[in-house]
Amino acid sequence: MPTITLAQGLNEALRYCMQRDDRVVVMGEDVGKAGGVFRITDKLQQEFGEQRVIDTPLAESGIVGTGIGLAIYGFKPVCEMQFDGFTYPAFEQITSHLAKYRSRTMGKLPLSVVVRIPYGGGIGAVEHHSESLEAYFTHTAGLKVVTPSTPSDAFALLVDVIEDPDPVIFLEPKRRYWIREDVELPVTNGDRRKARIVREGTDVTILTYGPSVRTVEDAAEEAAKDGVACEVIDLRWLNPLDLETIMTSVKKTGRAVVVTEAPITGSFSAELAARIAEDDFLSLHAPVIRVGGYDIPYPPAKVEDLYLPDLDRVLDAVDAVLNY
Amino acid sequence: MKGFVDPGSVSTESVQVLKPDGTLVPDHGYDIDLKEEDLREIYRVMILTRRIDQESTNLQRQGELGVYTPALGQEGAQVGAAYALEPQDWIFPSYRELGFAMLRGVQPSHILHLFRGTWHGGLFDYREYCIAPYAVPIATQTLHAVGFATGAKIDGTNTVAITCFGDGATSEGDFHEACNFAGVWKTPVVFFCQNNQYAISVPLAKQTAAPTIAVKALGYGFPGVRVDGNDVLASYVVTREAVRRARRGEGPTLIEAVTYRRGPHSTADDPSRYRTDEELNTWEALDPIARFEKYLETEGVLTAEFKEQCDAEGREAASKLRKEIVGAGPLDPNLLFEHVYAERTPNLEEQFAQFKRDQEGQ
Ligand SMILES: Cc1ncc(C[n+]2csc(CCOP(=O)(O)OP(=O)(O)O)c2C)c(N)n1
Repeated sequence: MPTITLAQGLNEALRYCMQRDDRVVVMGEDVGKAGGVFRITDKLQQEFGEQRVIDTPLAESGIVGTGIGLAIYGFKPVCEMQFDGFTYPAFEQITSHLAKYRSRTMGKLPLSVVVRIPYGGGIGAVEHHSESLEAYFTHTAGLKVVTPSTPSDAFALLVDVIEDPDPVIFLEPKRRYWIREDVELPVTNGDRRKARIVREGTDVTILTYGPSVRTVEDAAEEAAKDGVACEVIDLRWLNPLDLETIMTSVKKTGRAVVVTEAPITGSFSAELAARIAEDDFLSLHAPVIRVGGYDIPYPPAKVEDLYLPDLDRVLDAVDAVLNY
Repeated sequence: MKGFVDPGSVSTESVQVLKPDGTLVPDHGYDIDLKEEDLREIYRVMILTRRIDQESTNLQRQGELGVYTPALGQEGAQVGAAYALEPQDWIFPSYRELGFAMLRGVQPSHILHLFRGTWHGGLFDYREYCIAPYAVPIATQTLHAVGFATGAKIDGTNTVAITCFGDGATSEGDFHEACNFAGVWKTPVVFFCQNNQYAISVPLAKQTAAPTIAVKALGYGFPGVRVDGNDVLASYVVTREAVRRARRGEGPTLIEAVTYRRGPHSTADDPSRYRTDEELNTWEALDPIARFEKYLETEGVLTAEFKEQCDAEGREAASKLRKEIVGAGPLDPNLLFEHVYAERTPNLEEQFAQFKRDQEGQ
């Protein structure tokens, strides 16, 4: 079985979709000859030509806005934002049009557009290259929000969202682009619309996604040494959310910790904590505890480790819910 | 200084075919390829547009619409440009483009339901009329037109897109991005700016220091043209040339139709706060319909009978509109949950059930 990186999984997913459907076009900054700054579109232009792998001018609103026009025409654009922090210029097109077009046209002009965004910190980048944007988009009706954490999921989820009839914000955990997995492509097994139970356990449920999944896996391993069995759930889809898997686990463990990189105030982790409390308060032996970024601007590279949830902070939270 | 390009050297003249008194400009430089029935059709749609526009304002005043954005004074620019398009060419409008929709035969009430608060996108069939829903966020639709036309170009079809927007819109980043993308990609798109002198209360001089809006096109590497927007024939011929260029694969054109918004920005606006009666009077004297009418009468194209026929059609359309709008009930509120996604998500399913329970409880 070949070993691929998460980045290669994404690249192969794009290739796979473009081969199967000539309506799929890829567009963004440097996606052509350069293959994207993270090489996610590597060699696609060579294979599919400049009309289907489009180097756009440097303008994010333009990328999403023209992507919308292409979708109205009948294409399926996959738009690349070069970095999380440079998605903001496209915010109006995403929230005012991409998210709303289906509804305001009563389904007559649906937009099947994917916006791919490398997100999150941990790569020692300069400012504006380490942001966690998910809350903006999970808060916006009409968008779906997806984030993979493994190479096989990267492939399967990207194929899935390109085929999806709705607009999807596809968040790529950039510090995990280079993690490896043995994968037979194309990946077809499994229902990846459901959350992934990464590790089963009976004591504490840890909900996480994207770049934090690895951190949480390591923490769970560590906790196991102390006899604490964590159930680790990788959400994959933030919207639609697989609440069933989450609640089944919480009912079993009675304790939940949410781990993300995003600043916690107004975060998606807040949504998870609220849902769990609303839906099954009586199963809980302790309040849901969130581990996330502080409510400060994402810090400079030399001190970003102090900001990103690490093993110790996750374990502290696990202790807190166990000893409540 | 050597090497400095002076914006003062740019011509601010507009293309004109008809003088304000309705006589032909002797060497206007364009081929007028319109037959008598074309001229009459253009006239008919202008009259219809004005009548429906007036009725819409009335309906708002009577509380039947939440708000309305009148096109009064801009009928010449709009109907002239619209007449230069083929039926399969797509229009990406803002919220003041009634003339385009009237030419395509959209049922006016289907547009006005947007202003009545029935449904955000109005209720017409966008694909049938090749018109995108009105875009309210300023200039955003310009990018959609460029994307759409890019699709047509990739497919090798002959379809052109036109996007309509105001002078204020040219200050937005999306306008710049749209022009820039279109210039680089040589997209078959026409940028149709109605410079109606104001963005709500803000006059053009506070939007741009450029000598004209048309000249901005040069910065994007394609032609711009300034046209008398109250001269329907001039609007028609320059748009026709822009559309032909686009169809021939020569890329975009920016048209600046110089006109005037004689009504308020919207029915919620009070223009007396920022403009004078004298100014309004000056522009009333330049009315696009009166000008065209004089021309048609001189040419013997417009009979009293046809005029009466157009007026009667306008009256009928207005009363039909009134019937369709007055007292029209809201849509089935369940539709609110219907088209957010292709299928309701589990979360929405839950909220939808709650919504229905909430309704029943009332
Ligand atoms: C992005 C955005 N900002 C502000 C507004 C509020 N607004 C509505 S119309 C308008 C003026 C637009 O002027 P112009 O582009 O000249 O078009 P006109 O109304 O004159 O046709 C403003 C500021 C808006 N709709 N969208």
